[in-house]
Amino acid sequence: MNIVESAWVYLNDPLNWTNPGGILDRLGEHLVISAAAVAIGCVVALPIGIWLGHSGRGGGLIVLVSDLTLAIPTVALLTILPLTFLSFGKPPIIVALAVFAIPPLLSNAYTGVRQVDPETRDAAKGMGLSGAQLLRRVELPLAVPYLAAGFRTAAVQVVATTALASYVNGGGLGQIIAAGFGLGIAAAGGQILAGGVLVAALALAVEGILALLERLVTPAPLRPLRRKTDRETIATGAA
Amino acid sequence: MSLRDLAYQDAANPWFSWDYIRTNSSTILDALGEHVTLTAEAVALAMVVAVPLGVVAYWFRPLSGPILALSGVLYTIPSLALLAFIAPAVGPTKSTSVLIGLVLYALLLIVRNTLAGLNQVPKEAQEAATGMGYGRFGRLIRVDLPLALPGILTGLRLATVSTVALVTIGALIGKGGLGNLILGGFQNNFFKAEILTGTILCVLLALVLDLILIGAGRVLTPWTRRAR
Repeated sequence: MNIVESAWVYLNDPLNWTNPGGILDRLGEHLVISAAAVAIGCVVALPIGIWLGHSGRGGGLIVLVSDLTLAIPTVALLTILPLTFLSFGKPPIIVALAVFAIPPLLSNAYTGVRQVDPETRDAAKGMGLSGAQLLRRVELPLAVPYLAAGFRTAAVQVVATTALASYVNGGGLGQIIAAGFGLGIAAAGGQILAGGVLVAALALAVEGILALLERLVTPAPLRPLRRKTDRETIATGAA
Repeated sequence: MSLRDLAYQDAANPWFSWDYIRTNSSTILDALGEHVTLTAEAVALAMVVAVPLGVVAYWFRPLSGPILALSGVLYTIPSLALLAFIAPAVGPTKSTSVLIGLVLYALLLIVRNTLAGLNQVPKEAQEAATGMGYGRFGRLIRVDLPLALPGILTGLRLATVSTVALVTIGALIGKGGLGNLILGGFQNNFFKAEILTGTILCVLLALVLDLILIGAGRVLTPWTRRAR
């Protein structure tokens, strides 16, 4: 039986899906960890990015943050954080992944608020809007495409990176692959391949769903911007 | 193991230890060597594939969409999944499995920046070159590519830094360079000194390679400095 066939057999065995620690359990863990990491990333990065964009300061800081996180190996954070005060379990993994969600969210929030046409901003000020009103009623609505693009980049990256949680036995779909490598290619080649297919499918599915969502929340007149944002959003971090 | 033993172990498990580095210098240097080799091979191979792809995308506009989309999809596929696809086919104990994954990742960053660099070449320069009798290839080699060099170098820098970080995932099959130290330290009773040594060297390596590439870029593109 070749490896593709045994992967197929693995995926077709209902017990592999429903057993404790089976595919469904792992998928649940994967989604919980990813969602928590993205949520923390949003809570930390969005206010800072929006505020920096609004005040027009700190562009250098954002470049520094994304350069730094690009150089830090995910595996390193995943192994170091459990040994700190965060202790073992899900929290250190979620925090480690949140760190890699921050740069795309931060830079897109900053760029999104920053790119608002200065004339629009002046017009709003001339109409008597205060700083907070300007932010809430002019800058934020115009920044929506960028915010959505940043969210999508961050979420897809976190879902991809969550697979690495398996290196420290942290759960998620990557666990299936890691367990397979533990058993060896000869015994579990099919399981490894099946795990790879599942992880890749999840990442591509999330990418597709969020691309759709991004399109839905972007008002039609701002849509041509979207493609440009895609290209300008520098993919950060190693997934 | 009693609780007291655990507490003692924690006390004797510092985050940084010169003693560890001294007694394990050959292991550390081997890991560093493997890391550098994998990074250099991956980035070099990715360059060889990605720059021509960027040129093809530049020459044949209709192809630029599919080329960018394909490398984007490759980039979206999680690294661990790529390893799971490649390792059974290539052999789980070979560093080639890691290498192929690294190349596929670096591809997008270099293709995209090469294309961006080529798109920035001023129309006037191209027209002047054509007027001077350059053919397509001559213009590419003598005019387009040199002027696109800042973009290509940006891609190269991004690819190098992220590859250095990404090599560590190869630790799952024991071919992760410094990642072997990081993961090995975790599995070896949470040996903090080993983990942090691997991490620090990894970040330093990324920084040093980035600085080398910045320096190379300044030497190779003197006109960008004169313009300022």
